[in-house]
Amino acid sequence: MGLSKRVIPCLDVTGGRVVKGINFVGLRDAGDPVEIARRYDQQGADELCFLDITASSDERGLIVHVIEDVAAQVFIPLTVGGGVRSIDDVRSLLNAGADKVSINTAAVLNPKLVEEAAARFGSQCIVVAVDARRVAGSSPMRWEVFTHGGRKSTGIDALEWGRRMQQAGAGEILLTSMDRDGTKEGFDLELTRAFSDALDVPIIASGGVGDVEDFVDGVAKGGADALLAASVFHYGELTVADVKKRLADSGIEVRT
Amino acid sequence: MATIAVVDYGMGNLRSVAKALEHVAPECSVVVTSDGRDIADADRIVFPGQGAMPDCMRELDARGLREPIIVASQEKPFLGLCIGLQMLFDHSEEGDIHGLGLLPGRVKRFPPERMRDESGNKLKVPHMGWNQVFQNRPHAMWQGIEDGSRFYFVHSFYVDVADPELVAGTTHYPFAFTSAVTRNNIFAVQFHPEKSQSAGLKLLSNFVRWDGSSDISKDKAFGTANV
Repeated sequence: MGLSKRVIPCLDVTGGRVVKGINFVGLRDAGDPVEIARRYDQQGADELCFLDITASSDERGLIVHVIEDVAAQVFIPLTVGGGVRSIDDVRSLLNAGADKVSINTAAVLNPKLVEEAAARFGSQCIVVAVDARRVAGSSPMRWEVFTHGGRKSTGIDALEWGRRMQQAGAGEILLTSMDRDGTKEGFDLELTRAFSDALDVPIIASGGVGDVEDFVDGVAKGGADALLAASVFHYGELTVADVKKRLADSGIEVRT
Repeated sequence: MATIAVVDYGMGNLRSVAKALEHVAPECSVVVTSDGRDIADADRIVFPGQGAMPDCMRELDARGLREPIIVASQEKPFLGLCIGLQMLFDHSEEGDIHGLGLLPGRVKRFPPERMRDESGNKLKVPHMGWNQVFQNRPHAMWQGIEDGSRFYFVHSFYVDVADPELVAGTTHYPFAFTSAVTRNNIFAVQFHPEKSQSAGLKLLSNFVRWDGSSDISKDKAFGTANV
């Protein structure tokens, strides 16, 4: 009896289309964001995360239309991130129907942005995405913040950064392990645990999920409040329902 | 055509609320409005709220909507959502400000020292995600919604009602707090039905059909009570 742990599929969007292998059977249009969002909703997704990976600036506006279309038909929370640079970007995504906007690189370049966005729109809709990488040989273990999709090191201590962003008004932290992202070796549980213990806002664990046990570990060992994954869902290796069943069998509360 | 006014006082995005209402009530006209006359003319009122309550109160007053809201809350089906619930009460700890004073009670912050579950794990604030709502009484608004259904919450403050008669729903985090209240034609919830998938859409659908009566036995729209 209480708050359930959330399972969040993440969709990569570019040019208004969902990309990466979509293995849903019987989709009329394999890259249609609305159809895919609806499928995840039917599987029991607690929330959806859209990551705008559009490189060219002239196509950036398309994510707004994607969110408008999805929000008109899928009635669960939507988080949108990728390329959010200004208060205007945050506003246009919220107006399109996003419930939360995730700020990553721009927060490092301009920490005031998070403060301003939280003051203007409320902490409940401001997520700060932290891409963290282990600092080799550090003891106790430390992590460093990376930006620009994990390509640029910043020299900033990740945990310190998380605390600072909470202070600035972030309502939630989307925490991605750059060491684990794409490896299928599971979440970086030490990283997740360190953030969950140090911060008072919810932590979404991301990066590295390979199988259903990784989700259980993310909560049981990492202390995550929510679990995000992309490829295991997109490639049809797991459904959200599979994950929730396994979580429930392990005694973790989920929405069924 | 019946009209539902979604009150817009500049605090956040109301698109999802409007879309969800249109989804469950295609036969109704849904207007997002900051005009007191629309509120006076509408058959039903949805009173949402996002962000911080002091900002919400200030913006409501800046648009001259306090009076129209108070009048509407006394005469037609009225649904408060999230901060829209909190604003109906006397006072909030958030910014130490007065609310509309339509219902007796005070809005309080989740106290940091109590935010542990029974195993000692830290509970996060904001209370964000899907939690169970236990129905304290039969009500037309709960029709067809299973007791203990999960709804989507995002908030750091909750209402401590002064009159237990108001309580329509209770949620645990980690202590029991009031997540739905009702009196006469007012029903208000701390969660976001517009983001709560089928249970949320059902609640909105019930609202669109609710006659505003608190006595379920007299509610002709449903015939029998939901217990």
